[in-house]
Amino acid sequence: MPRPIHHTAPEKTARTLVVLGSGGHTAEMLALLKHLDMDKLRPRTYVIASTDSMGAQKALAAEKAFSASKDEALDHANIVAIPRSREVGQSYLTSIWTTLVAAWAAMAIVWREAPELVLVNGPGTCIPLCFAAHLFRLFRWGTRIVYVESIARVESLSLSGKVLYHMRMADAFVVQWPHLQQRFPRSMYRGSLY
Amino acid sequence: MPGNVLVTVGSTKFDELIRAVDTHIFVAALHEQGYRSLFVQRGDGEYLPHVLVPRGRNKAKLPGNFSVEFVQYVPSLHAHMEAADLIISHAGSGSLFEALSLHKAVIAVPNGSLMANHQEELAVHLERLGHLVSATPDTLARAVRHLNPGALTPYPKGSPQGIADAIHRLVGV
Repeated sequence: MPRPIHHTAPEKTARTLVVLGSGGHTAEMLALLKHLDMDKLRPRTYVIASTDSMGAQKALAAEKAFSASKDEALDHANIVAIPRSREVGQSYLTSIWTTLVAAWAAMAIVWREAPELVLVNGPGTCIPLCFAAHLFRLFRWGTRIVYVESIARVESLSLSGKVLYHMRMADAFVVQWPHLQQRFPRSMYRGSLY
Repeated sequence: MPGNVLVTVGSTKFDELIRAVDTHIFVAALHEQGYRSLFVQRGDGEYLPHVLVPRGRNKAKLPGNFSVEFVQYVPSLHAHMEAADLIISHAGSGSLFEALSLHKAVIAVPNGSLMANHQEELAVHLERLGHLVSATPDTLARAVRHLNPGALTPYPKGSPQGIADAIHRLVGV
């Protein structure tokens, strides 16, 4: 069949994966999401830690923050849980196993969702997801990883930040203090969330 | 005009701070500075105030027309922040920037038992920029006594727009 000649290009959208974490991280992510164009960054998948009982509510709160009505919330979004690679106080030996489990879950999520944008800001669950997304784009061009370091990081990077920065996994590595940007030249400073 | 003081630990445990607040030395310092009411959101800690309020009670009227109230949580901390003239807060980023963006006098008390949170790094940095005063539970009363709210530099509120624009450009939407 011949292709239609008059073809209206659909508006460009980007499938987006948002990783939510604990209190401070989530608050910063919500502040950022409110300023993003949610008509274009869709469909969205929120990744929460499976041990985070509040996680789903946080994702719902995020969606409500930019939906016109409550009924619309989660129309363009879904929520998936990922096991934590390491709980606070867990022994290093058992955390090898749990890290493998988390890595496998991260691969499955990334493979299924095929995100064009992965948005992370530092909770522990973001590391296996970023590895998975990084691996994924070896096969499929187009996944962008954006890391936003916490505003609480003034002098140094968090563990997640260090891993992503030094392994050059993020396409945009955002810090929120100008002098932190000077210390890490591959990062960018575009103002702060608060 | 009553000078209102809010102490908040957010959703954390910070018994060292609540213990330092539940003292007559601390209230005397506040009173000296002209404050007349103290509202304490004490969070999840185990320490139950019993010096300023009778054991098992959460409110008291102290000499010098000074009122004090302790609660574990409040539905809207923001309303209490708006009503406060001085905010003494744990150094969690959410609480600190909320207080600073309301242009209140802020004393930040980093929670030393939460090393991984890097509260101290943030509090010290904001102090260096002149936006707030940083203290420990032990130095809190002295910090109140030396506080000069007029000498603090208002925090210029940040905007996520620059970061959002960079993200839109990156994915081409």
